Amino acid sequence: MTTVPASWYVVLGILLFTIGALGVLVRRNLIIVFMAIELMLNAVNLVFVAFARQQQAMDGQVMVFFVMTVAAAEAAVGLAIILAVFRNRETVNADEVNLLRW
Amino acid sequence: MFFLLSVPLVLFSLGVVLARSPVRSALSLVVALFLLAVMFFLLDARMIAALQVIVYAGAIMVLFLFVIMLLNLQHEPVETARPGQRTIAGAFAVVFALVLGAVALRGLPTMPGPGVEVAVTPSFGSVESLAERLFTRHALAFEVTSVLLLGAIVGAVVLARKIPR
Repeated sequence: MTTVPASWYVVLGILLFTIGALGVLVRRNLIIVFMAIELMLNAVNLVFVAFARQQQAMDGQVMVFFVMTVAAAEAAVGLAIILAVFRNRETVNADEVNLLRW
Repeated sequence: MFFLLSVPLVLFSLGVVLARSPVRSALSLVVALFLLAVMFFLLDARMIAALQVIVYAGAIMVLFLFVIMLLNLQHEPVETARPGQRTIAGAFAVVFALVLGAVALRGLPTMPGPGVEVAVTPSFGSVESLAERLFTRHALAFEVTSVLLLGAIVGAVVLARKIPR
């Protein structure tokens, strides 16, 4: 593990982020879209930790701490919104929530 | 060791996106988050690895599973994608990955500092060193975070409340 260059972690982070972005684009289920967003946040966290290790600086890990906090807040509010949408429209399909559609 | 972790990580991440049922999606996300925690640990981020398991795999995923069960999404009809959407999304993903890779390729060689393989001091990634940074240089951001969490709590309660009609 310790013999791997930092660029490999960057490549892995790019892969995970792209998979998450693909999930946001392809899936229509709001909850799965949400999980794909969590995946993208975690890809960024991985790159932060790898660079913190490379630069011998703790600031990268502090940033991961903040990203986790924002992710927790976002998940709580987002899932509350999904619950509210489900109560009003009986669906979690992103295509059927089209009130603001042009 | 890197591939032993990263190959399952990519597979389970694909499982999150491709799984039919939301429960399967959530469970493969849990596995992916655990694998990431192991990776953090091997990168000398011990505190972050512990937080990953507690906050992500513990709190956030329980919230997700709770909402899935609350909405009872097991018997959801198969999603219908618009024609051509999958091809466009796939093409976008490939272009996106290539752009990110090109940017990383340009930036990485100019980056100062030793590689990941260099040994670190024993205190690197410990609770003390993280807290020391968090409460000195990033103290203001830490305080703002507490306001953010308070706002999120109130917002979640207000949004999820049943509105009397």
